[in-house]
Amino acid sequence: MAKQLMCGSHVIAEAATRAGCRFYAGYPITPQNELPEYMSRRFAQIEDATFVQAESELAAINMVMGASMAGVRAMTSSSSPGISLKQEGISYIAGMELPAVVVNIMRGGPGLGNIAPTQQDYFQATKGGGHGGYHTIVFAPHSGQELVTLTMKAFDLADAYRTPIILLGDGLMGQMMEPVIFPDPIDPATLPQKDWALDGARGRDSRLVASLHLDPVEMEEFNWKLARKYDAICERETEHESYLLDDAVVGVVAFGTAARIAKGAVKRLRESGLKAGLFRPITLWPFPAKALRTLTRTIKHLLVFEMNFGQMVEDVKVSVGETATVHFHGRPGGVVSTPHEIAGVITKLMYRYNLAK
Amino acid sequence: MTTISTTKTIFSGFGGQGVLMMGYVLATSGMEEDKHVTYLPSYGAEVRGGTANCTVTVSDEPIASPVASFPDFAVLMNTPSLIKFESGVKSGGIVFLNRDLVDVRPKRRDIHVVSIPVNSIAKRLGNTRGANMVMIGAFVQKTGLVSLKSVIKSVKSIFQKKGTKIHKMNTLALKEGAAFVDGLLGS
Amino acid sequence: MAKQIFKRPEALTEHIFHYCPGCGHSIIHRLIAEVIDELGIREKTVGVPPAGCAVLAYNYLDVDMGEAPHGRAMAVATGIKRARPHLVVFTYQGDGDIAAIGTAESVHAANRGERLTAIFVNNGVYGMTGGQMAPTTLVGQTTTTTPGGRLPLRDGFPLDLSQMLAVAAGSVYIERTSVTSPKHVLKTKKAIKKAFQMQMDDLGFALVEILSQCPTNWKLSPIEACRRVEDEVMKSYPLGVIKDTTQTSN
Ligand code: SF4
Repeated sequence: MAKQLMCGSHVIAEAATRAGCRFYAGYPITPQNELPEYMSRRFAQIEDATFVQAESELAAINMVMGASMAGVRAMTSSSSPGISLKQEGISYIAGMELPAVVVNIMRGGPGLGNIAPTQQDYFQATKGGGHGGYHTIVFAPHSGQELVTLTMKAFDLADAYRTPIILLGDGLMGQMMEPVIFPDPIDPATLPQKDWALDGARGRDSRLVASLHLDPVEMEEFNWKLARKYDAICERETEHESYLLDDAVVGVVAFGTAARIAKGAVKRLRESGLKAGLFRPITLWPFPAKALRTLTRTIKHLLVFEMNFGQMVEDVKVSVGETATVHFHGRPGGVVSTPHEIAGVITKLMYRYNLAK
Repeated sequence: MTTISTTKTIFSGFGGQGVLMMGYVLATSGMEEDKHVTYLPSYGAEVRGGTANCTVTVSDEPIASPVASFPDFAVLMNTPSLIKFESGVKSGGIVFLNRDLVDVRPKRRDIHVVSIPVNSIAKRLGNTRGANMVMIGAFVQKTGLVSLKSVIKSVKSIFQKKGTKIHKMNTLALKEGAAFVDGLLGS
Repeated sequence: MAKQIFKRPEALTEHIFHYCPGCGHSIIHRLIAEVIDELGIREKTVGVPPAGCAVLAYNYLDVDMGEAPHGRAMAVATGIKRARPHLVVFTYQGDGDIAAIGTAESVHAANRGERLTAIFVNNGVYGMTGGQMAPTTLVGQTTTTTPGGRLPLRDGFPLDLSQMLAVAAGSVYIERTSVTSPKHVLKTKKAIKKAFQMQMDDLGFALVEILSQCPTNWKLSPIEACRRVEDEVMKSYPLGVIKDTTQTSN
């Protein structure tokens, strides 16, 4: 297939369709309106696909819950304030062990905030977001092509682990156009059968999909089952990218758009002989803690750069403990740093700690 | 001609001038030439009130940020755009002005100015809506960011559904824009 | 040979109902099961139970069941039905669920003409949580959160959701019934059957509002509770067909 120039929201929508997603429900909110718009057009061409413009974010996530119960690959998308509203549903989906893909194209907050790109929902995405102490796998793509692979992978992992997955982008990832190449579409009929789905009790016992466990012992058992599932996810699905880290003296830790910018900064510094590198978590939950800790055998200074005032930095600190010094540079509110700015921050750090040569 | 490996251009004007289309054409042409490209439109509330702008980055290597605080080039289709973006243009950069609608001169001395009566040229060609095509033709001829050939090709594919007549008119407008720049160079 | 005149519907499990004596839920469950049997749709029916006393409805109805968060049954049911249109999908909701926390979902499901069957059990209180005021609590009625009786300009008026949904162009059939006497029970069954049939005929949104009794929270005996429905509740919520687009007179 040829390269196509597409904005991130369209890329996610197309990749989802190719991953066999056949149900989408959403509610308008900037900066992700291009996604439902594309879905409405695209699904109109597919006979068994359903697009619903829901009356609210709540209704949208609950429709996704219903479609998922019925065994269909389902997705919803929104931006920060809308994702807050969806948390009720995400908690139930986790509790019912249903697969679902939730896209958050983050904007400024708290409250109504603004529509500029930020990373201010890191805590919300990675620490559960709703009630009850569950996890969602969180993917943090940093390019158009990665939006393709991670969106498609999200549907596979959601099914495999029967869990909600959050694809965490920001206004910039959603709006920016880049050339992308799509793999061939998957025929949903070829996907593994779901032996828990509600499709009518024909020739079998009736099924139940529920998150209610009135008996505390049973509820405890279920929680431990979830915990084991999360352990398995941490073991198998943690992903990160290392960029020029081998001989680096300062490692920048950044995800998504911030990581893109940091890459540019690192490259600049390398050109002038300064040894910086980038550690980019691709899954924010599970967080690549082990790999990061291993890194601190050689790199003693980490600079966490986020488009917020300090969220992932907490996970970085927990991951490395006393093995390295963790510095932080943050830009909340939707201000997009330049590679130049980040290069400046790294350079200062190098001179302060005498790492420049 | 430029030798910078990463080049950022801002296109700005009011709605209906085909400003976003110019950016899209440049990005598509860059992609056709296997360059790395990003296209970032202004969005949401910014779009209300009738102004539009977008930033296109063309590079030989993966692009870090699609944002341009200091663009190399600015294509400014009306006066408010000049007021908004003049100060940000990189020293030594080029500002492309729509001479028909921009009635003030840039104040800065450290940037080049290419001033083109794109509306008049488009009107002369009997293609009043083609002013943006004249401009993008002039732009690539001057900057060499992508070849005019790639631009003609990508414009053809973008407007594929509109038929051959539109294609001919677009091609003509692109070539006229390029020719205008050649004329400037010659004089 | 003896003729069998009474048996457990196939769509009903052998579980013994946990509901209080005289509660309307048990009767309504049975009616739904009988209707599912009679229509022969047990193997393609999916039910969405509520939060509340009937949260365990899935223990009694032997069909596929999927839980919904409080108030979201219509949205969940929409998802199921749209994903698998050949299924027959119903929601089972109380007054708080359908007419307070889930009002938006109800109005819009009806407005979209979702091919769903909603069973709306109206007993005027939040039963499970201990008898607080519901949207349908009558004026003057004492509950645990309206100790001196419901005062409309403080607590709001009793909401008539069925009338509201009748206004939505996507609804095709809405009827209010009760389960206080055999006559009413039979009428209710007929209404439930019709509401399922409407969905199977792909016509639009159908709802049966059933005035039910909650002897426990009303602090009445089962008989007194039934009498209260007939003497008091029906005055505010009169029985009858509220909308039926298949009847030309409407
Ligand atoms: S509390 Fe009321 S509604 Fe709940 S089971 Fe008892 S009688 Fe029925």
